[in-house]
Amino acid sequence: MTPDRFPEEVADDYPEPPIAFTDREDREIEVRAYDGSERERDALAAMYEAFDSADRAQGIPPGHADEIRKWLSTILDADCYNVLAWHGDDVAGHATLVPAGDDADEYELAIFVLQKYQEAGIGTRLIEALLGYGQADGVEAVWLTVERWNHAAVSLYEKIGFETSDAESFEIGMSLRLNRPERTADADEADE
Amino acid sequence: MKVLLGIGGSDDSLRALERTVDRAVAADDDLVVAVLENPDSDRTPEEVAEHVESVLADLEADIDVEVRLVEGDPGSRLIDIAESEGFDRIVLGGGQTSPMGKITLGSIAEFVLLNAKTTVTLVR
Repeated sequence: MTPDRFPEEVADDYPEPPIAFTDREDREIEVRAYDGSERERDALAAMYEAFDSADRAQGIPPGHADEIRKWLSTILDADCYNVLAWHGDDVAGHATLVPAGDDADEYELAIFVLQKYQEAGIGTRLIEALLGYGQADGVEAVWLTVERWNHAAVSLYEKIGFETSDAESFEIGMSLRLNRPERTADADEADE
Repeated sequence: MKVLLGIGGSDDSLRALERTVDRAVAADDDLVVAVLENPDSDRTPEEVAEHVESVLADLEADIDVEVRLVEGDPGSRLIDIAESEGFDRIVLGGGQTSPMGKITLGSIAEFVLLNAKTTVTLVR
């Protein structure tokens, strides 16, 4: 599921959250890292409860309140990176990086923008802020899968800098390198 | 109903085994379990076949299930068997989930879905 290979070249620097901007519908939006509080978790759960299932991707987000809570409890875990796009007290969008396992250097990315906030430029800012957050914290590489027919998402990911790593299945696999691989002690010695 | 279950040893295929056997007992299905060579599976076909036998041995109901080791390309062999022996349905595991929780179909399921003339069930 995790791609075998990632791009060798490191992507550009992405902006770190918080990021404030006015979207194309003249709404004031602020992208911030999830602070771990109940209040923010509840606001995010409310976004997913209002989410149109037509925009579900490979089974997520789940459709029912208790399933949403269960799913959020895994991806809001301390070893994941989460950023939220706020419009006042409402969550307009959410992007997340989830590690493939313990000590993983590679993180799976997903992003969801509530329907009434789509096509207003929020997704791009949200994903850039997420990548900036992970990049600053030393995340090495990021990957995702996206349904083949979802052209809007594929072109967003390409614009951000993702490369296609697997085009042979129903879903396209894409990946991006945020930081150089950590050098091992052996490699350092060999250089000397 | 004449049911052909294809399993290659991935976790979702083992879940499909349990559910399909339960259904076969309840519905009196005529079940054949085809153990496939799945390149993405950590378990060998022999290990998978042993697992199938142990699941069947634990059953309290008395049903007759045939277990076959199928060599060669898993998707196309499964479809051949289903068509040449007149199965009503092919059953497969419904995909693995990514760290994020996204459903990802295996390569066998993708091939069978696109190519089978037989109705296909994916077990979730």
